[in-house]
Amino acid sequence: MADKFDLKRSEYYYNRELSWILFNNRILEEARDKTLPLFERLKFLSITASNLDEFFMIRVASLKDMVNADYTKPDIAGLTPGEQLEKVNAATHELVQLQYSTYNRSLLPLLQQNGVHVVTEHEGLTKKQAEYVDRYFSENVYPVLTPMAVDSSRPFPLIRNKTLNIGALVTKKNEKKEVEFATVQVPAVLPRIVLIPGEKDETTLILLEEIIERNIDQLFLNYDVICAYPFRIMRNADLTIDEDEAADLLKEIEKQLKKRQWGEAIRLEVDDDIDKRLLKILRHELSIKEEDIYYINGPLDLTFLMKMYGLQGFEQLKNVPYVPQPVPHLQTDRDLFAQIREGDKLLHHPYETFQPVVTFIQQAAKDPDVLAIKQTLYRVSGNSPIIAALAQAAENGKQVTVLVELKARFDEENNIVWAKMLEKAGCHVIYGLVGLKTHSKITLVVRREEDGIRRYVHLGTGNYNDITAKLYTDLGLLTCSEKIGEDATAVFNMLSGYSEPVSWNKLALAPLWLKEKFLYLINKERENALQKKPARIIAKINSLCDSDIIEALYEASHAGVEIDLIVRGICCLRVGIPEISEHIRVRSIVGNFLEHSRIFYFHNAGKEKIFLGSADWMPRNLERRVEIMFPIEEEELKQKVMHLLQVQLDDTMKARVLTADGTYERIDKRGKESICAQEQFCQEAMQAVKSMKENVNARIFVPEEHIEE
Amino acid sequence: MSIQTFAAIDVGSYELAMKIYQFSGKGEMKQIDHIRHSIELGTDTYSTGKISHERVDELCQVLSEFADIMKSYKVAAYRACGTSAIRETENRIIVLEQIKLRTGLTVDVLSNSEQRFLHYKSVASKGERFDKVIEKGTAIVDVGGGSIQISLFDKDSLVATQNIRLGILRMREMLGDIEPRTKDYEHLIEELVDNQLLSFQSLYLKDRDIKNIIVVDDYISFIMQKLGKEKKDNTITQQQYMAFVDILRIQTPEQVAEYIGMPEENASLLTPSAILFKRILEITGAELLWAPGVGLADGIAYDYAQKNKLIQVQHNFENDIIACAENMGKRYKGNRTRNVFVQQVALTIFDSTKKLHGMGKRERLLLRIAALLGDCGKFISLEAMAESSYSIIMATEIIGLSHMEREIVANVVKYNKASFQYYNELSATSALDKASYLTIAKLVAIFRTADGVCRSQRRKVQDVKASLKDDQLILTVCSDEDLSLEKGFFDRKARFFEEVFSVKPIIKQKRSLNDGR
Repeated sequence: MADKFDLKRSEYYYNRELSWILFNNRILEEARDKTLPLFERLKFLSITASNLDEFFMIRVASLKDMVNADYTKPDIAGLTPGEQLEKVNAATHELVQLQYSTYNRSLLPLLQQNGVHVVTEHEGLTKKQAEYVDRYFSENVYPVLTPMAVDSSRPFPLIRNKTLNIGALVTKKNEKKEVEFATVQVPAVLPRIVLIPGEKDETTLILLEEIIERNIDQLFLNYDVICAYPFRIMRNADLTIDEDEAADLLKEIEKQLKKRQWGEAIRLEVDDDIDKRLLKILRHELSIKEEDIYYINGPLDLTFLMKMYGLQGFEQLKNVPYVPQPVPHLQTDRDLFAQIREGDKLLHHPYETFQPVVTFIQQAAKDPDVLAIKQTLYRVSGNSPIIAALAQAAENGKQVTVLVELKARFDEENNIVWAKMLEKAGCHVIYGLVGLKTHSKITLVVRREEDGIRRYVHLGTGNYNDITAKLYTDLGLLTCSEKIGEDATAVFNMLSGYSEPVSWNKLALAPLWLKEKFLYLINKERENALQKKPARIIAKINSLCDSDIIEALYEASHAGVEIDLIVRGICCLRVGIPEISEHIRVRSIVGNFLEHSRIFYFHNAGKEKIFLGSADWMPRNLERRVEIMFPIEEEELKQKVMHLLQVQLDDTMKARVLTADGTYERIDKRGKESICAQEQFCQEAMQAVKSMKENVNARIFVPEEHIEE
Repeated sequence: MSIQTFAAIDVGSYELAMKIYQFSGKGEMKQIDHIRHSIELGTDTYSTGKISHERVDELCQVLSEFADIMKSYKVAAYRACGTSAIRETENRIIVLEQIKLRTGLTVDVLSNSEQRFLHYKSVASKGERFDKVIEKGTAIVDVGGGSIQISLFDKDSLVATQNIRLGILRMREMLGDIEPRTKDYEHLIEELVDNQLLSFQSLYLKDRDIKNIIVVDDYISFIMQKLGKEKKDNTITQQQYMAFVDILRIQTPEQVAEYIGMPEENASLLTPSAILFKRILEITGAELLWAPGVGLADGIAYDYAQKNKLIQVQHNFENDIIACAENMGKRYKGNRTRNVFVQQVALTIFDSTKKLHGMGKRERLLLRIAALLGDCGKFISLEAMAESSYSIIMATEIIGLSHMEREIVANVVKYNKASFQYYNELSATSALDKASYLTIAKLVAIFRTADGVCRSQRRKVQDVKASLKDDQLILTVCSDEDLSLEKGFFDRKARFFEEVFSVKPIIKQKRSLNDGR
């Protein structure tokens, strides 16, 4: 094949940033889906906004860094950083347009119809409402505002990253000559949404910045305010290079450190009818290019919609909240360890509750026979019951080792706080590994039992976070398999800084062995296909952008392997390239829950192999993170996982299929049953509990009653 | 609970490792954790003679972590053993004291023969597989950082063992900056190795046919586990091995390490090990290599379990030690018949005077060995036999005996003939402590008495019985011949027994029934 095709040709790949924007577009489609309850649509729109913010801060910032460093190496799709930036810019402008037309044309009118009146401009307030708003301003808002004016003696103030601000043009009273710039930050400590009391069956609300704008005169008493408009900037404030980038880039940037502009503004959002003079000042002071300015027709920073979603009293406009169900094969009133000894337990969140994982650690903390608990933590909820249990275990004299990943994006501060707390409780805390993010999710409990030391292990695809476990779809395995136990011990020995084990039984670890294993497994299917044996791969992942893996998949497809990929987000692989990817199908599921589990299936000439893991098929997962992939080996559990994959492949409601032209299309439902995988899993989980209960009831003996003669 | 856990720590030349074992009531031994930390203590010791304080610091740091891990497994006991890097360092005593103070752990420094014996035990812990391999002529080649030990088996017992001070770390240090992969490098190693191996060959291998090599090390074993994976028994043939050496000639050690999945940090020691084994295969002509994949820690645990009766031990290790001593006697042309007889009498006396001497099984073994080597010195000089015997024994390794035990044996043999030196004199020239001194005195007393009974070169005596009566040890000698010579000598020889135990040995002759015909 190698002589016929050059699989590295850039036209065989998509650029990852553009693919990501397509993903955000798919979420936006949910916000535009008229069949969804209104408040759910608000939520999706809010998600697209916060996603886009993160995208700018990490990815766009990174591209800017490259351009500033004159780094011109093209990506796998053959685009230089400059070209990528250009295309990304065009696509994000389009995306933002669509966000606001969704907000203005669909959602605002619908809110109005449903009794939620959003006062979009303070000029539209009634007199009574205006009085309330002004009082609210003077009592709550005014005291926390810090207005700042700019003149020859005062330099342009620091506008903080991601904050919402109101910029104004002012002139000194009675001097009417010189126009000066003034600005005030919309305080983040106050709620963005302010409810205005009014009619009983109508909710009226206004955004905080409108209230400030209305009262802006009071902030600049010695001035006349000519105009005032909100603006928001995004800065390249990330001091570290994104781990996704190549190491050679890092060197390049280090060399060109001087060229790098710290805190450079990379996006400016302004109201679309902003005063030209005001804009000119902002442009000049922030030295921002025209293409990085976003003219917004509506409120800046749509993430406030998540708060709106939380408004009380609109339950009829939301999905019925789903309650994670008890795991049918685990009885809560029995010793969890005993139940694990009876056989491996598979957990499917959020359809099934995360509680067994919490119980696993809580029980271990109290159990006198438990000697040690070891766990890796990436992102944890505030007030996590897991942290509390670990601390208790240490106090109970168990050896507790916790690897806390401080490099988890945006969570650093949060992580340090409870890591300190764990240390105080007597846990041995490892603060991550030098140069590697520890992304694996593994817990080991060492227990001394009648017949010797037994190790219980939990392995998962998702973080040990009881809150996100209600929103992210993930799989977990509880097992006391001796071989996995040995491997788990070796994992923690390695994480503690000891040498790697001589060999592994079952687990495959990144960054050292995992990629090789994937390539081996994919290649094995290819060999089977070449020998005319049935060959098939199914992989469910969040992102696919590792070129080695994609190349291997192309080769496998070329050899005739049937490949189904369920990729939620970025996918750099192209389908439908003649002879190269004709046997590859890619679908993406964007639903109510965030698809997060990673599942890998290989037909393996009939001896099917199923793996779960923490890694996506991205270079960062395979090369710069500690990740674990583990096999599912019990036949019953394998069937279960296969069922999950099959239902997702059958999904007709939330799945979108990647086409040869690079767009994602909804499934043509004609002649097909309507299947929504997430919905079906909810139903199945509830059904399983129900039939379990019925079974229990059937076991109750019914005494014969005395029959009256 | 019938389960017991045990920690074995190996303070090696290039690695600090701890293994946690579990012994079940059913006599099974199972490894449940293995923690390794790379630290080249040997590099310091072999080049400067001392371990630098940075390394000692690191050593203590890791050892105290090990202590915590032990605690977490609630181990019933532990044993930490240091090998050549610690043994040969000048500041040994200080280092050991520091470890003790900072980690609470006591590290035993093993003599080479103790260390090798433990390695050997670790191999033997493989049970059936081991028994099967040693049915044919077998050599255990045990490669450490500081030295190599080659032990030979004949008909399932160990017959000879030789230490060659040419460990791979030492070799690497000697070769310095020479680039591996080059022909020079290979030749240099071969030259180093051959020098020693060829003399070993002429000493031991002339009339032996070596079919199997048992590999005990950290590099070649690893490779064999990978290469022999399909067969699952960790064996490879000579041809397979040579093919592997060919790969090493083309690729860098780092590439090879990556190819076979070996930790990269170990790559630099790969080439010296590989060439060493290549030469061993060529010189011995062995056909099969077996790597049981065990190390010192396994031996430590096996030894512990054996002593505490936690496992069933099939192989008789005492026989190995005795076989070694017998072999040594043979090499120095000892009078085997007489030696065996003296041994028998000595043991008879030992067993019947337990109340007097209060010594145990181990001392009994030392006595046996002393008896078997009693006349080895005459190979060198009939006149200075005592002194020569002492030197031979001190210069020859007897696998399984600690250095101190070897010193005891050598002294017992010496003072059987030479006049006894008392503690002040004896301790002035050696590191003997009082306990060892007393053991020597007691064993010499017994040995001299036994030697006195069998004075003549001819074997006149058929059987000897001993019984303790009040302040007399009555040795009943069955013989039909005239024993006046023995009786004459005996009094002189037995005087020391009386001095040591305050019991007077007396010979009584018992003639068989046909006497007086």
